[in-house]
Amino acid sequence: MPPAVGEGSARSELRPRRGRCGHQVTRAVGPDVAAAAAARSPKRPARGSRRFEAAGRWALLALVTLLSFATRFHRLDEPPHICWDETHFGKMGSYYINRTFFFDVHPPLGKMLIGLAGYLSGYDGTFLFQKPGDKYEHHNYMGMRGFCAFLGSLLVPFAYLIVLELSKSLPAALLTAALLTFDTGCLTLSQYILLDPILMFFIMAAMLSMVKYNSCADRPFSAPWWFWLSLTGINLAGALGVKFVGLFIILQVGWNTISDLWHLLGDLSLSVVTVGKHLTARILCLIVLPLTLYTATYAVHFRVLNKSGPGDGFFSSAFQARLSGNNLHNASIPEHLAYGSVITVKNLRMAIGYLHSHRHLYPEGIGARQQQVTTYLHKDYNNLWIIKKHNTNADPLDPSFPVEFVRHGDIIRLEHKETSRNLHSHYHEAPLTRKHYQVTGYGINGTGDSNDFWRIEVVNRRFGNRIRVLRSRIRLIHLVTGCVLGSSGKVLPKWGWEQLEVTCTPYLKETLNSIWNVEDHINPKLPNISLDVLQPSFPEILLESHMVMIRGNNGLKPKDNEFTSKPWHWPINYQGLRFSGINDTDFRVYLLGNPVVWWLNLLSIALYLLLGSIIAVAVQRGARLPAEVEGLSQVLLQGGGQLLLGWMLHYFPFFLMGRILYFHHYFPAMLFSSMLTGILWDTLLRLCAWSLASSSLARGVYVVGLLSLLLGTAYSFYLFHPLAYGMVGPLAQDPRSPMAGLKWLESWDF
Amino acid sequence: MLGFLKRPVVVTADINLNVVALTAVGLLSRLWQLAYPRAVVFDEVYYGQYISFYMKRIFFLDGSGPPFGHMLLALGGYLGGFDGNFLWNRIGAEYSSNVPVWSLRLLPALTGALSVPMAYQILLELGFSHCAAMGAALLMLIENALITQSRLMLLESVLIFFNLLAVLSYLKFSNSQKQRPFSLSWWFWLMLTGVACSCAVGVKYVGVFTYLLVLAVASVHAWHLIGDRTLSHVRVLCHLLARAAALLVVPALMYLLFFYVHLILVYRSGPHDQVMSSAFQASLEGGLARITQGQPLEVAYGSQVTLKNVFGKPVPCWLHSHQSTYPMIYENGRGSSHQQQVTCYPFKDVNNWWIVKDPGRHQLVVGSPPRPVRHGDVVQLVHGMTTRFLNTHDVAAPLSPHSQEVSCYVDYNISMPSQNLWRLDIVNRESDADVWKTILSEVRLVHVNTSVALKLSGAHLPDWGFRQLEVVGEKVSRGYHESMVWNVEEHRYGKSQEQKERELELHSPAQMDVSRNLSFMARFLELQWRMLTVKSDGSEHKYSSSPLDWVTLDTSIAYWLHPRTSAQIHLLGNVVIWASASLATVVYALLFLWYLLRRRRSIRDLPEDSWLRWVLAGALCAGGWAVNYLPFFMMEKTLFLYHYLPALTFQILLLPAVLQHISDHLCRYRASGATPPTVPGPGVSQVVTWVWCGRGQRGTRGGRCGCLEAGRDGSWVSVRERGKAAYGPRSAGGVSRVAWCAVEKPESFVSQCEFWKLG
Repeated sequence: MPPAVGEGSARSELRPRRGRCGHQVTRAVGPDVAAAAAARSPKRPARGSRRFEAAGRWALLALVTLLSFATRFHRLDEPPHICWDETHFGKMGSYYINRTFFFDVHPPLGKMLIGLAGYLSGYDGTFLFQKPGDKYEHHNYMGMRGFCAFLGSLLVPFAYLIVLELSKSLPAALLTAALLTFDTGCLTLSQYILLDPILMFFIMAAMLSMVKYNSCADRPFSAPWWFWLSLTGINLAGALGVKFVGLFIILQVGWNTISDLWHLLGDLSLSVVTVGKHLTARILCLIVLPLTLYTATYAVHFRVLNKSGPGDGFFSSAFQARLSGNNLHNASIPEHLAYGSVITVKNLRMAIGYLHSHRHLYPEGIGARQQQVTTYLHKDYNNLWIIKKHNTNADPLDPSFPVEFVRHGDIIRLEHKETSRNLHSHYHEAPLTRKHYQVTGYGINGTGDSNDFWRIEVVNRRFGNRIRVLRSRIRLIHLVTGCVLGSSGKVLPKWGWEQLEVTCTPYLKETLNSIWNVEDHINPKLPNISLDVLQPSFPEILLESHMVMIRGNNGLKPKDNEFTSKPWHWPINYQGLRFSGINDTDFRVYLLGNPVVWWLNLLSIALYLLLGSIIAVAVQRGARLPAEVEGLSQVLLQGGGQLLLGWMLHYFPFFLMGRILYFHHYFPAMLFSSMLTGILWDTLLRLCAWSLASSSLARGVYVVGLLSLLLGTAYSFYLFHPLAYGMVGPLAQDPRSPMAGLKWLESWDF
Repeated sequence: MLGFLKRPVVVTADINLNVVALTAVGLLSRLWQLAYPRAVVFDEVYYGQYISFYMKRIFFLDGSGPPFGHMLLALGGYLGGFDGNFLWNRIGAEYSSNVPVWSLRLLPALTGALSVPMAYQILLELGFSHCAAMGAALLMLIENALITQSRLMLLESVLIFFNLLAVLSYLKFSNSQKQRPFSLSWWFWLMLTGVACSCAVGVKYVGVFTYLLVLAVASVHAWHLIGDRTLSHVRVLCHLLARAAALLVVPALMYLLFFYVHLILVYRSGPHDQVMSSAFQASLEGGLARITQGQPLEVAYGSQVTLKNVFGKPVPCWLHSHQSTYPMIYENGRGSSHQQQVTCYPFKDVNNWWIVKDPGRHQLVVGSPPRPVRHGDVVQLVHGMTTRFLNTHDVAAPLSPHSQEVSCYVDYNISMPSQNLWRLDIVNRESDADVWKTILSEVRLVHVNTSVALKLSGAHLPDWGFRQLEVVGEKVSRGYHESMVWNVEEHRYGKSQEQKERELELHSPAQMDVSRNLSFMARFLELQWRMLTVKSDGSEHKYSSSPLDWVTLDTSIAYWLHPRTSAQIHLLGNVVIWASASLATVVYALLFLWYLLRRRRSIRDLPEDSWLRWVLAGALCAGGWAVNYLPFFMMEKTLFLYHYLPALTFQILLLPAVLQHISDHLCRYRASGATPPTVPGPGVSQVVTWVWCGRGQRGTRGGRCGCLEAGRDGSWVSVRERGKAAYGPRSAGGVSRVAWCAVEKPESFVSQCEFWKLG
């Protein structure tokens, strides 16, 4: 690699690239630069060598791509067991193949693609993906890994092309490609069944098409212009469809578009109608198109997953009626609630679940020591309750009694079917929400006290006073204290099995937390009706699944006494993630950035800020820069500025997030930071070379600087490659270890 | 020499009677009947306790804001001669005679009153007419919510005052920039900007948003200054340095000063000590300092110590062991080592004592001279009362199965050898040869065989562990966490050779007499960090509301209710002002966008100077509203209507500016000769509203009441139900909005009330 790079960089420096929209590229850099570059270039290439040069460019791109694929696909099949989050995403791929409904906090596209890759490569969806370390054995996992590695390999050529487009400098692009190829972190993250390679692929593809379409700006409404613009939109939809982090690249493209439109608006040679056309084109390609595609992925998602599965309980009753195998699917149940009915009660707020109780008591010191009442997201026989009259304990299902319907305003008792305890509340504080009252299960075989009485009220009383299954929204008001049964949505500690807290709230604000509906209903004395009328519309399903995802994401909170990864750890490569193996006999894979690359990136950001502000102040003060420096500073401020913005947008929002964070969240930002490094060092070396008088010395400085960066990166990859490709043998403290002496930070764990 | 005789001495005083008049009415409206009611009103119960702490010089920790605001309130108490003896436990409790209610409420009221003329000044400095400026001041004057908030012992009006002061002084500064840079008044206003900003931040953290706004505007102006080619490089540099000093350095120093004064004022130990580190506690008078005074500084082999966890969550606790062993089999079927339990115990106990032992020697006493333990040394820890060794091994901990169990080793003579060597890792060491110091050193104990560190897992053990906290061994490589760090709190050199003597020694109190003081910066950093991380229980409140409710005034707060007469104080905004101010913001945003787009197409609707004025007014007023309002959407704490008041004041300033702009620039096309209808129009209706609600903020007794009912949905809500919703603990039916009401007797609540429906 290195000799080819050196030659290429030396030969092709500072020549504008001829791309599809290439005949205008000099405009972006400023006409002076191109002229200066042409003038400075010692040997002016003859016309005949142009073709040769173009071929060289293609060869270089091919080389970069080849190297990237080679590193990513090398030892892809190892280890032949589940690594880290493969247990989730592989499992979800299997769900798509088996068409079982599940719930996840991320949008569906990434997992659908994994499922598709598995399906096409002949994986049958039978592997259980139970826990990390399980052997794949005869199951075909290479299709899914290969798919992720394929997308991961494309990141390098994409970065190469982006930098080339922004800086018009081959050496800068090569440096970027080398940084990413030789980064052990990117390499590791691309080799497994994860969402990150897919997400990063879409992010980089969106960035690339945006940059390409920017350089077509002088030929608006031409075919390539439309092509790149709509490709940007498509990739945005892809990024958002894999993870919500895709929102950041949308912000970046949005910002780019707004500033673009602002320039067009200020161009008085364009008529208002033309500006309007531009605006419409962008709305079509960057808003309407992505939204349509994004919605379409959900349509496919819901169409594919039509069987009941582990995710049912997270969704509303109406939603579940869509899933075959769910007890609500094509079900027919009695419509009106009567005394003696066995029911499940579901909270109307999404992702709260069913009213639940079990034999365990509240621990000592937490309210009264009575049976726990919680809400539980999964279907369970402990969710069943019997409606009884408050004053008699006779069995209403006795055939000699007439059927008596429950009406709005009735005073009832809810008896837990399994334990025969009554739903009960009293003036004790609730376990977590101290200002609410505790709700317990109380009494023996249905005999309790007056604290077991609840008034049942229908909130939407359009259908008369009876209470209808699924459609009536009911409140349960405690008769003695006047409080309302609700769920706070807070997770109980271990003693409560991490189910959600149920309280009786004395504040009568109307919130969904205290409104319930009846879902299952068993009463042999009543006639059944069909529930097909419930089918929710697609927009309703879409909205609901987003609400559930957002709540799921917010629910991922770190615990107090645990070590958690903090955003400030990431750029300094403070600590990696263990993908596989712990002990010295295991096959160990450790996700950690190549420290040389990462620390160079960190240094580059600081240098960039320094250099950028010096140039900006100089320009603002009206200093007259030489033509060459002017051109370089344009590249630095505009091209570099876009990359810096990308880095900031993909990094800083994590500081505001309350959810639990992991090291691999930094990788999209790291891509931008590496591209910035490429541009910065290229510019810096050119500035150094320019400031030296003699042209041969100048070129020497430039070439040596660049070569040492490239070789240093490659050598550091040679040192650290076992992290990604796996190591066996003693840990790094041991001098016999392959990683001996490379544990530069104490916090690295390999 | 005697020149002054030749010419008469002339003093010309420019007195703007408008300002004088506004100040006078402002004072009148805020100070009249200030001491009424003589009872604890709403959050006075919260701030009051801190005032008492100041009066008694007792240390406290309050996560709600920096100490400057609390200190200002306490200043009122100090001037009124308050001794701090009052039990702040209930809203509505009558003040005893020793509480100087008037002077306690004086400072917030004064700042509230001065905000009125400041609003006038700000609009003038922004380049608007006297008429518009008067309008802004009048709106501030009659806004009920502002009046209510400033007449009580609360901090919002102080915050608003400093916010406005920062904006006003920045405007004065930037206006004098054009004429006389580096003059005395230029320096004065520049410095005042910095000081006012730091005071705003010092009162409440949300003041930081106004500070950032001022900084942003200042940096845009500075950027223009850099572009000004008529100035020399040196002069530009001087300008930049002056701004950096006044707007960055001065506020930082002021902020430190607040904490410096705070820590000087509260020097006695008190109820909040527990949260702080041992070193901090030892720097307070009384409390831990009394125990630890004069302890030997350096921990030596043979030292008897108690080890406190530095993280201290969920509760501060000490490393502990006792005779009981881990149960053979846990509830979930896993097995244990059945060795002696090691826990963390939140109370002082004789079982918290441990002896530091040299693995190479047998004795448990300190030799002479004592041999200090250094960073990196390997030690054994012996439990004082049971003389068992602290031990850990590859057995899953009871509640955290991914970590190792920590026990005191009992030799059952089975194939489980003791592994009781620990390496000392001083986390806050200055060099690798540091000595382990009492209180000051924060150490990790790293197990030699398995490289796990002793850690407080935060889980409570079940009954068999007496509900004490679980201590586990966690792999060091998982990363640094404060729950792995411990410090020596109590310490003495052990002297007794025999176990019986030693037990007696352990029971005796620790001796000694030297005090150890932390530097101010260390104390400041720790206090600030604890204040930011202290967890407020984000529970809901009867009157809590969401930011969306504020704009529409869909919420209110009942501040106080007289137990017998039902006279009450209610925080509720003036509907007309709120609606018109919000409308003005929308109009401003739309107009601004319109002008901006047209200017881009080179259509100049406004002359350049009035465009600049328009932009600056928007940046400060609409921007002030946005930065003081929008961040609340991201906050997770409990929010109340009064959090909106700082944003509202900026919105109020915008209203007359927009009105004047409309009459100057938009109405001139049609009625070129006629006098433009400016502020008085809406002003009249606002005054009317104020008269109606006027008595509300002062909790008037007796007489007829005016019940302001402005149900947005247009439905009448019965007052009986409203009354219950506001005050009854068990009322039925939720009501979104309650106005103020003052009647003689609760029974006649309904009959005497008049409804007045707005709009």
